[in-house]
Amino acid sequence: MSEGSEGKSAFGVRAAEGVVATVFLALGAIVIFDSMRLGYGWKEDGPQAGYFPFYLGIIMCVSSLINLAVALFALRAKDQSFVEAGQLKLVLSVLVPSAVYVGAIGWTGIYVASALFVAFFMRWLGKYTWWKVAAVSIGNSVVFFLIFEVWFKIPLPKGPLEAFLRLN
Amino acid sequence: MDEIQSLIQGFGIALTLKNVALMFTGIILGVIIGVLPGLGGANGVAILLPLTFSMSQVPGGTTSAIILLSCIYWGALFGGAITSILFNIPGEPWSVATTFDGYPLAQQGRAGAALTAAFTSSFVGALVAVIVITFLSPLVAKFALEFGPPEFFSVYLLTFCAFVGMSKEPPFKTLATMMLGFALAAVGTDPVTGALRLTFGSTHLLTGFDFLIAVIGLFGIGEILLTLEEGLAFKGAQAKINLKVVLETWKELPKYWLTSIRSSVVGCFMGIVPGGATPASFMSYGVARRFSKDGDKFGKGMVEGVVAPETAAHAAGTAALLPMLTLGVPGSPTAAVLLGGLLIWGLQPGPLLFVEQKDFVWGLIASMYLGNIVGLIVVLTCVPFFAAILRVPFSVIAPIIIVICAIGAYTVHNSMFDVWMMLVFGVVGYAFKKLQYPLAPLVLAIVLGDRAESSFRQSMLVSQGDMTVFFSNALVGSLTGLALFLLVWPLISMAIARLRQS
Repeated sequence: MSEGSEGKSAFGVRAAEGVVATVFLALGAIVIFDSMRLGYGWKEDGPQAGYFPFYLGIIMCVSSLINLAVALFALRAKDQSFVEAGQLKLVLSVLVPSAVYVGAIGWTGIYVASALFVAFFMRWLGKYTWWKVAAVSIGNSVVFFLIFEVWFKIPLPKGPLEAFLRLN
Repeated sequence: MDEIQSLIQGFGIALTLKNVALMFTGIILGVIIGVLPGLGGANGVAILLPLTFSMSQVPGGTTSAIILLSCIYWGALFGGAITSILFNIPGEPWSVATTFDGYPLAQQGRAGAALTAAFTSSFVGALVAVIVITFLSPLVAKFALEFGPPEFFSVYLLTFCAFVGMSKEPPFKTLATMMLGFALAAVGTDPVTGALRLTFGSTHLLTGFDFLIAVIGLFGIGEILLTLEEGLAFKGAQAKINLKVVLETWKELPKYWLTSIRSSVVGCFMGIVPGGATPASFMSYGVARRFSKDGDKFGKGMVEGVVAPETAAHAAGTAALLPMLTLGVPGSPTAAVLLGGLLIWGLQPGPLLFVEQKDFVWGLIASMYLGNIVGLIVVLTCVPFFAAILRVPFSVIAPIIIVICAIGAYTVHNSMFDVWMMLVFGVVGYAFKKLQYPLAPLVLAIVLGDRAESSFRQSMLVSQGDMTVFFSNALVGSLTGLALFLLVWPLISMAIARLRQS
């Protein structure tokens, strides 16, 4: 692979193109497979359930094969960086906490999880003093609580803290 | 003139205290959304859509709801210009072309002039597009009342083929994402036979993928991840705008009347045909540079170079509502989200809307006139405030935006599964943007998938599986023919380029 040519590159465009095109191919295959299960033909009452998706799957597979071929053969000469190591680190430093955050919503409710999430960012990436962190993160959740639960009456997921404060 | 009378009635509906208050709210929210990275017209409207559920229940509530959401859209269109000119960061894809001359102007200390020119020409573009909508859409709707399933399918076909033929992304990538959108739309219960499709035993997938989740993930989370790559701080020029600058710029603007007209025409055309605001802005910038006396000075800070793309982008963004209202075919991702809103409120977009929901349609059209006037006033007076939002450090604003996206995704169906899907769509959006897979056709396919499929199946039923039904009369034949021509257009243009080389 020619990815080593640029020191900081974590991923080449060619590799990324290849992966995405392969995923498309797999998804297209799944669509075709499921349409065949449902029947892609014609019954007495009209087209079967898989009739339309079957052709979608075919077009998806054909176009992703072409994209894959372009990625493998046409891009060989000029492989650029898809994402540099430093950039990837920054992106992951948001993506991983976000996933943890979404996971935490189920345990603590959305308001506590959001406060912790904002606090984590401000402290870790922004290096703010604790009182600023606390003010912004808690204030943010309180505002959202007022907007959604009080003003618009849309219930969001709540956890032990809200139960303790009898805010349910 | 029937239109004028209907419009006056529409003004009567739009000019209630509640609706004008909603206009201001919508515009201000919209500009903030347009200024913030990760929030744009499409996902801003998507996040706020669930809030309008309860609003649409009261009589006349759907009109108020569409006024709020469409004003958010206008606000986002205005907001894109602020970040492009002051920070050299296009807040929206259609304001990329505005950075070319807007940012150099700001660096020369003429930010106020650039902003005034941008806002004013946005207003002009929108105004032209609204006038076009006022007089053209009743005609299109009347014409479309005669449409049967084959005609509707050929309109859908034309919409999607136009993406392949006209987008600057590689055609096979456009095709692939479009088909992915259709496949995602097909997940769940088949509306005709009731069979379960592509669910693989998962109960979460029974109801299918909601396009709102896709929009919030693709445009919201994906955009945040992309912005992060650029680093955590924004550096921008100061925004000073006062009455003197505004009046001086307004004195200069009439010089560019020809550019304005040209850009409005380009914008309206690109908005009605689903090309969208982004190509329209680039195209009219290019055209303005070619025809201008000072064409070689473009890119170094020409007011004309701000006027052209802004007029076209705003005209296209507004005109995108014409096919949405009359045919049920949105011309842009944000128009697609608005269309989704209509469906959720229980309205059937399409030609019948003009017959059955006169108050709604004309209230909306009247609110477009008023909303853009409100928008111009708000942005001209509040620029420093909006620019200050961008000076809030990213380590504070990014998590808050992610929280907003998560709440928005949750409120669509009150399901945590959707919030996870939003994250997945975020990563997909990030990868697609970097690899030039276009997102607009994906979103449009998810929104229109069911309708396109049912019109296809109905036509097939009528014709007993005979594909020639799509060429059975002059109208449907020319629509299908044009669609197929656009579909193969990339191949034709490649061939022409080859021939020229040799």
